[in-house]
Amino acid sequence: MSVEKVLKVAADTEKLYEVQGFVDAELEAHDCPMKTQMLIDVSLEELFVNIAHYAYPEGNGWAEIRVGVTDGVASITLIDGGIPYDPLKKPDPDITLAAEDRQIGGLGIYMVKKKMDEMTYEHRDGKNVLTIRKKLC
Amino acid sequence: MTINQTRDGGKLTVALEGRLDTTTAPQLEGELRTAVDGVTELEFDFTKLEYISSAGLRVLLAAQKVMNKQGGMVIRNANSDLMDIFEVTGFVDILHIE
Repeated sequence: MSVEKVLKVAADTEKLYEVQGFVDAELEAHDCPMKTQMLIDVSLEELFVNIAHYAYPEGNGWAEIRVGVTDGVASITLIDGGIPYDPLKKPDPDITLAAEDRQIGGLGIYMVKKKMDEMTYEHRDGKNVLTIRKKLC
Repeated sequence: MTINQTRDGGKLTVALEGRLDTTTAPQLEGELRTAVDGVTELEFDFTKLEYISSAGLRVLLAAQKVMNKQGGMVIRNANSDLMDIFEVTGFVDILHIE
């Protein structure tokens, strides 16, 4: 059992390393294997960058990141107050197409869905609340 | 991320070190734009690449499309974490990975 830690940052890609560093510190404290940490970091990048790029068309947005590890399972929640967006509703990209026909859009979210054990979304109190969970080993 | 380019005639080797992500991918994209002029064989050495996200995959896909027209492209020495990303995204089927 552990206490959930919280970080609030500007929704800006310049904050990506701060966000990942914040989550990594918690994962390392729980002896998370490097491979798992890398997959969580990639997922975190895809989700945070999505918020930074699309949630606030007017700019000046924020994002809150919550991380906790309970019974060997890391739980990371990203919250933003931008336009409602459920990434789980996005159709999966066709990953069997040839290079010429490949679209890169949607690939990031697809990776998150595939590599995390669980991904949930809800729109609550005017906020996007997205949670990913991953067993540490 | 550090990018090391070695040109030998029509062959260009690009060794990447560090992270190919949202922040660093534009740097690679910019360098490749001019560097692949006249290149028939593009080789990426990922020995020291630790991390790749979809922003990095996008640049690799664009490079592959260019090289499909003017020669070939190969990726070497990707570690098992990177291979995991290439596999889940189906990039193992469109990139030549050795």
